[in-house]
Amino acid sequence: MLTYLLRRIALALTVVLATLVASFLLFFAGPSDPAQAMCPEQRCSTDRLNQIRESLGMNRPLIAQFSEYFTGLFVGRDFQVSGDTVQCSAPCLGLSFLTNRPVSEEIFSRFPATVLLTVGVVVVFLLVGVSTGVLAATVRGTAADRMLVGGSQIFGSIPPYILLLLFALYTTRLYPIFPQAGSLSDGVIQFLPGLIAPWIILGLITATGYTRYTRNSMIETLSMDYVRTARSKGISERKVVGKHALRAALSPVLTILGLDVAALLSGTLITERIFEIDGIGRRALAALGQDDLPVIMGTVLVTAVIVVSMNLIVDIAYSFVDPRVRLS
Amino acid sequence: MSTAFGSPGAQTTAEATHPGDVVLDVVDLTVTFPTEEGQVRAVSNLTYQARLGRTLAIVGESGSGKSVSSMAVLGLHNPKRTTITGSIRLDGQELVGAPRSTFERIRSQKVAMVFQDPQSSLHPFYKVGKQIAEAYRAHHNVSRAVAEKRAVEMLDLVGIPNPQRRAHQYPHEFSGGMRQRAMIALGLVNDPKLLIADEPTTALDVTVQAQILDLINELQKEFGSAVILITHDLAVVAETADDILVMYAGRGVEKGYAKEVLAQPSMPYTYGLLQSLPSHSEDVHELKAIPGSPPSLLKLPSGCSFHPRCSFKDQVPGDACWTQLPEWRPTPGLANRQVRCHLPDPVATLRQDEGIR
Repeated sequence: MLTYLLRRIALALTVVLATLVASFLLFFAGPSDPAQAMCPEQRCSTDRLNQIRESLGMNRPLIAQFSEYFTGLFVGRDFQVSGDTVQCSAPCLGLSFLTNRPVSEEIFSRFPATVLLTVGVVVVFLLVGVSTGVLAATVRGTAADRMLVGGSQIFGSIPPYILLLLFALYTTRLYPIFPQAGSLSDGVIQFLPGLIAPWIILGLITATGYTRYTRNSMIETLSMDYVRTARSKGISERKVVGKHALRAALSPVLTILGLDVAALLSGTLITERIFEIDGIGRRALAALGQDDLPVIMGTVLVTAVIVVSMNLIVDIAYSFVDPRVRLS
Repeated sequence: MSTAFGSPGAQTTAEATHPGDVVLDVVDLTVTFPTEEGQVRAVSNLTYQARLGRTLAIVGESGSGKSVSSMAVLGLHNPKRTTITGSIRLDGQELVGAPRSTFERIRSQKVAMVFQDPQSSLHPFYKVGKQIAEAYRAHHNVSRAVAEKRAVEMLDLVGIPNPQRRAHQYPHEFSGGMRQRAMIALGLVNDPKLLIADEPTTALDVTVQAQILDLINELQKEFGSAVILITHDLAVVAETADDILVMYAGRGVEKGYAKEVLAQPSMPYTYGLLQSLPSHSEDVHELKAIPGSPPSLLKLPSGCSFHPRCSFKDQVPGDACWTQLPEWRPTPGLANRQVRCHLPDPVATLRQDEGIR
């Protein structure tokens, strides 16, 4: 177990490092000019541009830049910005070109909002998706089954951004049933009501997939010999389905759950933008529009870390769900 | 409550049943599955009894309806996709058309089933002891600890060494034979009067098969319950069964005492099955498979279902084999034997055939 964990963590770190190098090369060595982006007056003189490049250290060799960035991750860095010293403590992901604040601060301060959004969405799609999936599987072949599956397929085939936009428009603007999102800095209690609308709609959109996974997985396990054994014990049908069949049916769903949680945690760009939730997705979107390379790179790196850790968590969770899986 | 299986010394009450009493009385049982291609008649007009203290072997090729008829006893068919008619009386209680609650009460309590493949029949995610305890708790109002203690006792009873430790293991940590022992422990945990073993040794190593059959036999002798042994292996029947019912295409075709039927079959199908067995002696019998293959249950042959494969049909006067379903009748010259065959004297005919070859 321990050696397995160490090996997996080493592998995870390799993936993160590869992502780091790749994104560094793509953005810093790429064709876009950060100096131009940072230019407040849009059209700077060549002298001014060079000055900015100098202060960013961009005229130094790529290797030197990378090694500075890399060591900054662990020990922090200090930046000179128009005479002032900005301290960027570890893990330092550089400074935002636009705000001159450390990228790690920009991202981590917005992370709680994204986490709160994710938690609610996961609760909604698991409750709705798994229960409709189980229901559809137990009434397989009937009109109710076709309605549940057909409904989820129709709902799931509409592009999510359209549903998100319409839902936001109707339930928070035209008919303000749900409050609009506020700022997390007002306090968690004030912030949560604003998440109800995105929880519901994003939860339902994601649930459509879970209805189908759960239904198919349940249909498979319901025909298993051990479910027949369970039934032959004389326990109630509710227990046969809800305990014996569901437990086995959910283990394949776990893999997809891990990926979905990772995707949500890395920031739902569209949802956060539409519902104006100040999470990391919205911040990344803003950075993309402004060529704010350090923020984009930082987001990519954080996403890589989240995805890799979720995979690890899922694998460990598997060994608890299915005793046949031995971590070795 | 009478005790069929149970811890030794369990008290018997006035209601006790006696060896030889009929526990399961199946009359005219017909099981049909509607499919897209039409009605599949898996079991047609099946009639048999299982008695306390005796082992009934139900024998036949795959698809002959042996498992389907037994699963009907436990109500394990999906009621929406199965039509069951006739009568199944378990310990006096009618089960055909009974509600789910009735089946939930009798399953494991009065009738238990050991399935073919112990690998897939135990839940991979739950500990073996817990799975057995769950069946006990379904019918006894006891704490989890008491039920788990009972599970350990059962594992001990079926000859699993170190039952305390084994109860806390998962099925994948058991060998095939151990798993089947655990399935038997699960089957017997509530002292059912009837144990149905559906090809309990088919998925096991040859070396383990005998052990499992011996175990079933031993436990039955000890507690005097009824056992139905579903099998296609006639060697197993010879060793373990008291009575035999041979099935073909969903119908019973011959029944009687197991030893007698095997020694002197009186239905061409039973005879064919025996001929297809390899002989242990140095006898000159060559292996002889029954020609053709079992009929489709969607469209059974007219008359006697076996006639297309029967090599004796030309010895029957007229066209009875093609046109008439043979009724049960006693076999001339054999007591306790019932057979469905149009041959005027099947014993003589089959004996003659054996003499020729």
